[in-house]
Amino acid sequence: MRPEALAAPALRRFKRRWAPQPFLLTAAALALLVALLPLGYLLIRTGEAGADRVATELLTPRVGWLAARSMGLAAVVTVAGSVLGVGTAFLVTRTDLPAPRMFTVLAALPLAVPTYIAAFAWLSSVDGFAGFWASALVLTLCCYPYTFLPVAAALRRADAAQEEVARSLGDHPWRTFRSVTLPQLRPAVAGGALLVALYVLSDFGAVALLRTDTFTRAVFTAFDLGFDRTGALVLSTVLVALTTILLVGESLTRRHDARYARVGAGARRPHVRIRLGRGRWVVALVLTGVSGLALGVPALNLLRRLAAGVSRPGSLPEIAAAAGNSLTVAAAGAALTMLLALPIGLLAARAPGPVAATIERLSYLTHALPGVVIGLSLVFFGVHVAYPLYQTRWLLTLAYAALFLPLAVAAVSAAAAQAPPVLDDVARSLGRSPLRAFTSVTAPLVAPGIAAGAALVFLTCMKELPATLLLRPTGMDTLATELWTHTTVTAYAAAAPYAALLVLLSAIPTWFLAARTGLLGPEGQDSEGWR
Amino acid sequence: MRLGSANFIAELPNAKENPVRARSALATVVGAALLTGTAACGGEAASEPGDKTIVLYSGRNEALVKPVLDKFAQQTGIEIQVRYGTTAQMAAQLAEEGDRSPAEAFLAQDAGALGAVNKKGLFAALPAEVTAKVPAKYRARDGKWVGVTARSRVLVYNPNLVAKEDLPASVFDLTDPKWKGKVAIAPTNASFQAFVTAVRVQHGEQKAKEYFAGLKANDVQIRENNIAIVEDVDAGKVPVGLVNHYYLGEIAKERGTTPEKLTAKLHFFPDGDSGAMVNVSGIGVLNRSGADPDVRTLVDYLLGAEAQTYFAQQTYEYPIVAGAPAPAYVPPLDELKVPAIDLNDLGTLEASIALIKATGLTP
Repeated sequence: MRPEALAAPALRRFKRRWAPQPFLLTAAALALLVALLPLGYLLIRTGEAGADRVATELLTPRVGWLAARSMGLAAVVTVAGSVLGVGTAFLVTRTDLPAPRMFTVLAALPLAVPTYIAAFAWLSSVDGFAGFWASALVLTLCCYPYTFLPVAAALRRADAAQEEVARSLGDHPWRTFRSVTLPQLRPAVAGGALLVALYVLSDFGAVALLRTDTFTRAVFTAFDLGFDRTGALVLSTVLVALTTILLVGESLTRRHDARYARVGAGARRPHVRIRLGRGRWVVALVLTGVSGLALGVPALNLLRRLAAGVSRPGSLPEIAAAAGNSLTVAAAGAALTMLLALPIGLLAARAPGPVAATIERLSYLTHALPGVVIGLSLVFFGVHVAYPLYQTRWLLTLAYAALFLPLAVAAVSAAAAQAPPVLDDVARSLGRSPLRAFTSVTAPLVAPGIAAGAALVFLTCMKELPATLLLRPTGMDTLATELWTHTTVTAYAAAAPYAALLVLLSAIPTWFLAARTGLLGPEGQDSEGWR
Repeated sequence: MRLGSANFIAELPNAKENPVRARSALATVVGAALLTGTAACGGEAASEPGDKTIVLYSGRNEALVKPVLDKFAQQTGIEIQVRYGTTAQMAAQLAEEGDRSPAEAFLAQDAGALGAVNKKGLFAALPAEVTAKVPAKYRARDGKWVGVTARSRVLVYNPNLVAKEDLPASVFDLTDPKWKGKVAIAPTNASFQAFVTAVRVQHGEQKAKEYFAGLKANDVQIRENNIAIVEDVDAGKVPVGLVNHYYLGEIAKERGTTPEKLTAKLHFFPDGDSGAMVNVSGIGVLNRSGADPDVRTLVDYLLGAEAQTYFAQQTYEYPIVAGAPAPAYVPPLDELKVPAIDLNDLGTLEASIALIKATGLTP
């Protein structure tokens, strides 16, 4: 062994921290550019508005009050969603709850319900259903899968041996959960919670219908009130500031020395399931109730509206065309978003360090901006930079990537955290080329997480409305735009089939999401490929 | 087709002075052309004058205007590509697109939006023969947009909760304690903002401020839109609400009945009260299509007897051109005692908005 080889690990560590793989770094930086497009647009437009205008828009008690309310709503929904998500995940993965797979799918399905549909259903089912707590309820029911899915996946993946050791040392099951299992879940819970909080900040559908004054509602209202684009955009910058606060907060909870991958020897064993006794039926009833609120209320309302109205949707070919458009733009959106997320997520997991962490955090920065702002920024980009792409599916696809990149980044980095660089190093030291090491070690470990991320982005694209309206090719309808067209003229019966189709078609990727995160297979044969 | 790359390169700044930039721009265009090759069918928009195609931005709902636009296309052989969106967001989109907008005309739900786009200098002047068809109070002072249909502000009420003789004579009565908690409004709606402007113009800032603060203090019920108000009034959840007149027709249509058969009824404020202001939906033509005969044909058609009758019968709006029949269940437009408000003032709404915000009626 040559002497300089002794210093190699330290050098490699240093290089990995400060100058990660140049190719990955370049790709990640390019991807980041897409996510930051809206920020550039906001800077240009706020710059034009001038300091005085910005000051008069922002330095008001109203802005402070709205910011506090938005953050308050985000906090309530995040806590409630996390409790519900983690609780459900624990019940389906670690207890003898009856029909765990059915409950897994039921807990993932609310992702397919757009908040505007859920809010509308609640509003027309319950008299006087409005305000802060109404919005908190609807948003919690729509968002808890964001924590349920990653946490359930992490619970399935967590090393059973550690828990067994704790139990054998005399720990009570609950204490084991708190001291051994929960710390391992931290990245999954925090990542999911961050997505929930950012989603709540950006949501317009629920808060508008339920008349809850939040920042995003103020932004949308500013567009409507006197068609004041500048005022609306200036207000949006506050959402970026709020996001920064959340990102810093989440970063502070990260532990930098933590390792979340299982690298021990031996086969993965199923976890010991806690026996709930007769309580299992009570728990099953409660979970059924939650799903009833999240899925049953919107479904029943759609059926009622369908029966009551006389308007009819377009012809079958029209409906099929809208469904086809939804599927293709969502698929393209998911593909591009994953492509952009891969380098960022891989960089964060494979070459952890300040550079990678900064890029990953920055990719979240515009995630709380409402769709109309992202849409307008892409209009600006299309008109001034990529005119041949303007009002084509390509720019719409790019908008989806700008909107949903963090969803994909979260999925990729969570998956890549399961394949720590040390595994790659081992493969390399055994003589594999970098490419072979990637394809034979990293890729199989990361693939299911990537597939799950793609499914998540896909169904979020299906629901998207404001950016789609601004950027779609002229004359192209999707299920979401048709739904909007018909509901705004009270043609609810005509709208119902589009809503039903939207939820049904979204259920396919949701199912896939649950399946690919290893939640549906029998334990011990997880699809992660780590045997 | 817009991908005619030669044109596009010529438009790029400094293409000759900066060969590197020009080359990379060319690469972008070629790449983009390859990429869009299959998908461009939706994107080819910029049409030439007289080429029998029109790109129309519609802030009015597809369900309301598609039938009449289809008829137009059938009769004239002019293909019409319509982009639907919300009026406010389309106004923002047009402002963002500026001179490069693919749009040739903008059909908007509200005079305020037309005023806002006009203020950006995006509209071409319409020929005098066109503007002459529309009464002066329903078009732009500079002739750059015209109203197509009119809508009146009304009080929708539930006769089971409010007797006809107890209805207010003026919208100002609604701050009276006897209406506490009984009135619904949709303050984020453009039609409400127009109403605020009407109050300001007619009665001055001070009185307007007092009035809307009074509404707020009187526990006024906030709804997201006019439809929610009419549905709640019809269902007896709120006794009265301030809305536009045609929503009753829309809801009746969905229920397969006529407006007369709904529980909710309309009350038109008398004597030029601010509560009875009339706003318009209208159309403006973008600069580069000012001389396009196809677009002119469309504007003429929308102001013609067939389209005007369609709007009166199918969307329950008031026709704006003399001679077309009024919708069935409302008094004719010329019998309404409308307050003297200039719709041109709606393009400068800042003061009204500041007022709405200050009262805390909106976020």
